Amino acid sequence: MDITITKNEKELTVAVAGRLDTLTSPELEAQLKKNLGDNEKLIFDFKDLKFISSAGLRVLLTSMQAMDGKGEMVLRNVSRSVMDIFEVTGFAEDLVFE
Amino acid sequence: MKELDLLAVKENLDTVTGFVDSELEQLGCSVKVRTQISIAVEEIFVNIASYAYDPETGPATVRTEIVNDPLSVVISFIDNGMPYDPLARPDPDVTLPLRERSIGGLGIFMVKQTMDDVVYNYKDGQNILTIRKQLE
Repeated sequence: MDITITKNEKELTVAVAGRLDTLTSPELEAQLKKNLGDNEKLIFDFKDLKFISSAGLRVLLTSMQAMDGKGEMVLRNVSRSVMDIFEVTGFAEDLVFE
Repeated sequence: MKELDLLAVKENLDTVTGFVDSELEQLGCSVKVRTQISIAVEEIFVNIASYAYDPETGPATVRTEIVNDPLSVVISFIDNGMPYDPLARPDPDVTLPLRERSIGGLGIFMVKQTMDDVVYNYKDGQNILTIRKQLE
């Protein structure tokens, strides 16, 4: 998994490539903790994300909760196979896609 | 039938997913089905690695088998740890808004939703969880 973080004013864009699974999720979680700060918008760019397991979903959920009250969290460029996972788990309805 | 014996620790996850995926690759299985199986394999193996022998570690066996009519892959996960039926826990309510949800149980729920059969057996001191996914 590769993570690229870009900050623009109060917007944080986190591009995740590869597999977001049990082994890689802690790294994303740590990066988010370090960089989230007082950003008002968190953007996940999943253009090159191939796979997400429940460990990855957990990170999305905690990020969403972390943004509650201070801004919004959106997802961009979600692939069909990752979207299938969001649909099966009911995440699709609550996530915001741009 | 192919079998992989290894220590049930999270660090071995890539070995397990690689073992299963190399079987599926030969069958020309779709990316969607391979992704679903990969998710199932991760959820089940990580469960065993996290809980079966906690706080110790122990062995696990992963067995793959291809069956016909309809063409399916059958994968069994075997451990000698504490008896535990992951299918016994209630499904999470996936209609609740995310903010009100606890994330527990989501992994095994995904397995149940995407596989065609999920069966648990406890036999001769072994937990045996078997999944079947139709490939065509």
